[in-house]
Amino acid sequence: MANAVAPFCPPVAADAFAIKDCALLTIATGKKATTLKELQTHLTTIDTDSIYLHVWGSLLEPHFDVREYNNHFASWARRGLHDDTLAERLAMVDPNDYGDLEALRQELLEVIAERLDEQEYLRWVLATEPFEFIRSTIVVFDTAKRIQQPEELITLIPHLSTSSIFYHFIDARRRLPTSQDDFCFWLACWGDRYAELAQHLAAIDPYFNSLTTIRQQLAKTFERYCPRERP
Amino acid sequence: MSILDHYAQIVGDDVIDQLQQLAQPLQGKSVVHVNSTKIGGGVAEILTKLVPLMRELGLESHWQVITGDEPFFQCTKAMHNALQGNPVPISQELLTHYEEINRDNAERLRSHLTDADFVFIHDPQPAPQLSLCPNRQGHWIWRCHIDASHPYRPVWKFLRPFIELYEASIFSLPTFAQALPHPEYIISPSIDPLSEKNCSLDNDEVQQVLQEFHIDPDRPLVVQVSRFDRFKDPVGVIRAYKMATKFHPDLQLVLAGGSATDDPEGALVLQEVKTEANHDPDIHILMLPPDAHRTINALQRGADIVLQKSTREGFGLTVTEGMWKGKPVIGGDTGGIRLQVVNYHTGFLVNTPEGAALRIRYLLNQPDKIAEFGHQARELVRENFLLTRHLREYMTLMVSLLYGGGDRLELS
Repeated sequence: MANAVAPFCPPVAADAFAIKDCALLTIATGKKATTLKELQTHLTTIDTDSIYLHVWGSLLEPHFDVREYNNHFASWARRGLHDDTLAERLAMVDPNDYGDLEALRQELLEVIAERLDEQEYLRWVLATEPFEFIRSTIVVFDTAKRIQQPEELITLIPHLSTSSIFYHFIDARRRLPTSQDDFCFWLACWGDRYAELAQHLAAIDPYFNSLTTIRQQLAKTFERYCPRERP
Repeated sequence: MSILDHYAQIVGDDVIDQLQQLAQPLQGKSVVHVNSTKIGGGVAEILTKLVPLMRELGLESHWQVITGDEPFFQCTKAMHNALQGNPVPISQELLTHYEEINRDNAERLRSHLTDADFVFIHDPQPAPQLSLCPNRQGHWIWRCHIDASHPYRPVWKFLRPFIELYEASIFSLPTFAQALPHPEYIISPSIDPLSEKNCSLDNDEVQQVLQEFHIDPDRPLVVQVSRFDRFKDPVGVIRAYKMATKFHPDLQLVLAGGSATDDPEGALVLQEVKTEANHDPDIHILMLPPDAHRTINALQRGADIVLQKSTREGFGLTVTEGMWKGKPVIGGDTGGIRLQVVNYHTGFLVNTPEGAALRIRYLLNQPDKIAEFGHQARELVRENFLLTRHLREYMTLMVSLLYGGGDRLELS
C-alpha cells in the first residue's frame, strides 16, 4: 500500500504518465537562530530535508504573485536581520544550479560566511524575529489518472491541483536522477518528437513564481509547443 | 446533500477529491478525539465539524469528553495560563486532584481508547490519559492549541512527563513548540465556513444587527472583535480611531467582546476602554454573550475594515474570520497574524496606534483597495485556513504515522 522510501519513482515511462498529488506536513526541528552566526551553525548540521523546505517550501505557502524574496533564508535576512545585502545574495542562490542539497548547503554557507567577513557586527546582531528551522514530510498519493499521450496534458494541466504541479514540476528535481521535472523526463521517452516542447518546459523558471503561475506557464507551453498530430 | 457536498461548494471539488484520496488508506480506522468540553471554545468548535467530516470520509471517528469538578477545571485553567507564560503556581493538592480526575476518566474511557487506531488528546486537561491506558494499540498524538513557547517552567515540568510519552505532538506555529522527544508537527488552526460565525448572511440580517446597536450603515465602520485583554490593545484601537477621525469625522468604531464579569483583569481593561472612549457616541463597546456568533458574523460583515491590533497573539482566528468575510485586516505585527495579513495584499501589519490610524486613512481614501484587499483576503483563507485544509493535514499526519513516517511516503 505504501512505500516509506521512494527516492526514485518516475511516472511509468513510455506507457503512461501517472498523475500524482501530494500533501506536505511541516515538522518543527526545535532549532532556531537569533543571529547570523547561529544560522550558520545550524545550517552546517541541519538535515537536507530542512534546507529543501526552506528553499522550495515557500511555493506552497500563502503568498501573492509578487514575492519579495523566494526562499526563507533571504526573507529572514531582510525581515529578521534587516540586512538587504545578504537578503539579495541569498535570494540569488538558485537551487537548480546545484546537483544536490549538500552542494546547495555549501553555497548558502559560503554566502553567509562571506557576509560575516564583510560585516563583523552581524555576528552579534540580534534578529528582530528568530529563524525557525522546520522540515517536512511529503505524502504522495495516486490520483488514478493516467495519460497515454503528451497531447492529453494540454487540456489536463490547467485542472491539476497546485500540489500536483509541485510534485511533478518541483519535487521531481530531487527525486529523479536526472534532476528534471516529470514532464520532461517522460517526454524523453518519445525520442526527439517532443524535444522542442521539453526544451521550453525546462526553460520555465520555477523559482520566482507561484504554483498557480507555473501551472499557467506549463499550460501555455504545452498549448504552443506540443505537436498535435500523432506519429 | 452530504456535508462534503456543502464544503465542495465553498472549496471546490478538487479539494474534496484530495481528501477522499488521502482517506483511502484510512478506511475503517478508528479515531478518537478527547478534550474537556463539548460546547464552547475553539477546540469544541473545530471538533463539532471535524468528527462528522472524518466519518463521511470513511473513518470511524468519535469524540469523547473528560468530565471533572470545579477544582479540576480550576487547575486546568491555571495550567492553560501557565503554558501561555503566566507565572501561576498550582498547589500540589490541585495537581494531585488533576491526576485523580484523569484516573476516574480513564476508567470510563479506557475501553474506547485502548483499541483505537488513532487517539488525539487535545490540550493539557486529558494529557495523562495515555499513561493510564497501558494496553493501548494505536497511535497517540497530543494536540496543543496553546502558545506554549514560554511556559511557566514548574507547570511545564509537571506536564512534560505525561506529554513526552506520545508518539507525536501538534502545535499551531513553529514558535509555539516545546522541545519534546518525538516529532512535533505544525498545523495551523482553521475556521469552519459553514458555522454560524462564518456562514453567509443576507444583507437584511446584517442591517438589522447594525440597527440594533445604533450603527449607521451609511458611514464607515471599523470593527475589532476580541476579549477585553491588554494584549489585544483595545485602548490602542480607540487611540487609532481618534487619530483617524481627524480625517474621517464620520468614522464609527465597534469593540465587541465577551462578558468580563468572571475575569477581574478583563473588567479592569474594560473600564480603561470606557475611560478612553469618553462617551463618544460613535464608539460602540459591545458586551456580547458567548453564543452571539451570528451577531459577530453580522458585525464583521458590516465593517469596512476589520482590526486586530494585538501586541501579542496566538494564531488570531478573528483575523481569519474577518478575512473570510472579504474585509481587509489591520493587524498587530505579531504571532499568527503575520501568516495571514500580507501588506498591500490582505491588509496591513502595524505596531502602533499611529500605524493603525495611518492604514485606516489609507484604506478609507481608496475604496477600491478595500474591495481588492478584501477579495484577496477571502481567497487566502479559502486556500489555507479553512477546516478542509486542517482535516487534510490531520489525515496526512495519520497516514504518515500509519506507514512509518520518514520524510517521503508514496501511497499506491
